[in-house]
Amino acid sequence: MRRSVSIVVLVAALVIGMGTIAMGQNHFLAGAQEKPAAMEVKIDNFSFGPATLTVAVGTSVTWTNRDDIPHTVVSTDGVFKSKVLDTDEKFSFTFSKAGTYPYFCSIHPKMTGKVVVQ
Amino acid sequence: MAGKVKDEILYDHNHDGIDRRGFLKCMAWAGTGALCVMSGGVLKSYSLSRLPELSPKEAMGELSFVQISDSHMGFNKPANPDVAGTLKAAVDKINALSAAPEFMLHTGDISHLSKPEEFDTVDQILKGAKPQDVFYVPGEHDVLNDDGKQFLERYGKGSKGAGWYSFDKKGAHFIGLVNVLNLKAGGLGTLGHEQLEWLEDDVKHLKHSTPIVVFAHIPLWSVYPEWGWGTEDSAVALAYLKKFGSVTVLNGHIHQTLQKIEGNVTFHTAASTAFPQPEPGKAASPGPMKVPAEQLKSVLGITDVNYVQGQHALAVVDSTLA
Repeated sequence: MRRSVSIVVLVAALVIGMGTIAMGQNHFLAGAQEKPAAMEVKIDNFSFGPATLTVAVGTSVTWTNRDDIPHTVVSTDGVFKSKVLDTDEKFSFTFSKAGTYPYFCSIHPKMTGKVVVQ
Repeated sequence: MAGKVKDEILYDHNHDGIDRRGFLKCMAWAGTGALCVMSGGVLKSYSLSRLPELSPKEAMGELSFVQISDSHMGFNKPANPDVAGTLKAAVDKINALSAAPEFMLHTGDISHLSKPEEFDTVDQILKGAKPQDVFYVPGEHDVLNDDGKQFLERYGKGSKGAGWYSFDKKGAHFIGLVNVLNLKAGGLGTLGHEQLEWLEDDVKHLKHSTPIVVFAHIPLWSVYPEWGWGTEDSAVALAYLKKFGSVTVLNGHIHQTLQKIEGNVTFHTAASTAFPQPEPGKAASPGPMKVPAEQLKSVLGITDVNYVQGQHALAVVDSTLA
């Protein structure tokens, strides 16, 4: 009985430890199950940064427009579509299914990016 | 006319004026200006400083209209915190032109964020201009969030499809095109199949001698595709216009004046009334360019276009707001 309790404690410590390492790398297990993990894409100089973002299933991605010109974030396959984002405005979408999600700015279609959900 | 003006530049195409390989560039960057008159295969270009020496007939013509572009009402960033003020300055400039223009073309980006109050402000300011008729085509900033529904309601009366139309003035045929909707990822401006079919039909029965003026927001030639400065299917549109002796294409979008002459087609982009953008490839992005406040009006402007009936020539003159 006593032994199994300490195993549970050890496993819990390990999980927390791994979570911390993952967070340190790219935030993905932040807050465990209750709060979705969060990632960011910055829009600067008419480009998405990073242009390719890889996240875990359940991650919420937030785009922030840091240009002086409005942009949009529109999924090429119609999965998500932001309203027009003026300077410093944000758009978030939570990816609940694995897959590759290409997107672009519908105002400046040369601006493209993708989110890879694993 | 020739020989009277000292710094007249005479370009002779040397062929028949329709040699597409021997195309000719006549560039006028923001802050400078040029008047170009083309007749057959010969282009005459005058620097703006010599304009006063031209006779009124040479400088004015029988049909005079003004193009303004990219008002971006609602923009309030450092590149120009007072876009209403500079649009008013453009109206003052129009009202001071020696040849009173009969109407205005606005080649899009009337508003910055498609907000009703932004359109209202522009409408109010343009009421102060002597020419009261304004013909609009939308820019991408005018069709945000609603695929152009509001733009059509405000400015699209009598237009076809997403807002394209044509009209005639003193023997010249004007065509307003829409190339800012249904843009595809990775692509440029788009006219689309429906609009191209309409265009083909619209010009089918016109005489080859009819001067054609095409206006649209995004350039209908490949200015700098890396920044999206071009239109995917513009070549199809231009093919329908090949038979005409004089085609003038007026665009906005790139916030600087630029001119190219290819065969019988003169391409021209107008300055913005709001803020300048960098020359193609000369900056990290095509975003608004901040210049010292006292220089701002020298990189904004209007475009005055004159047509002399029977001469197959349209004279395009850019002037800054300074």
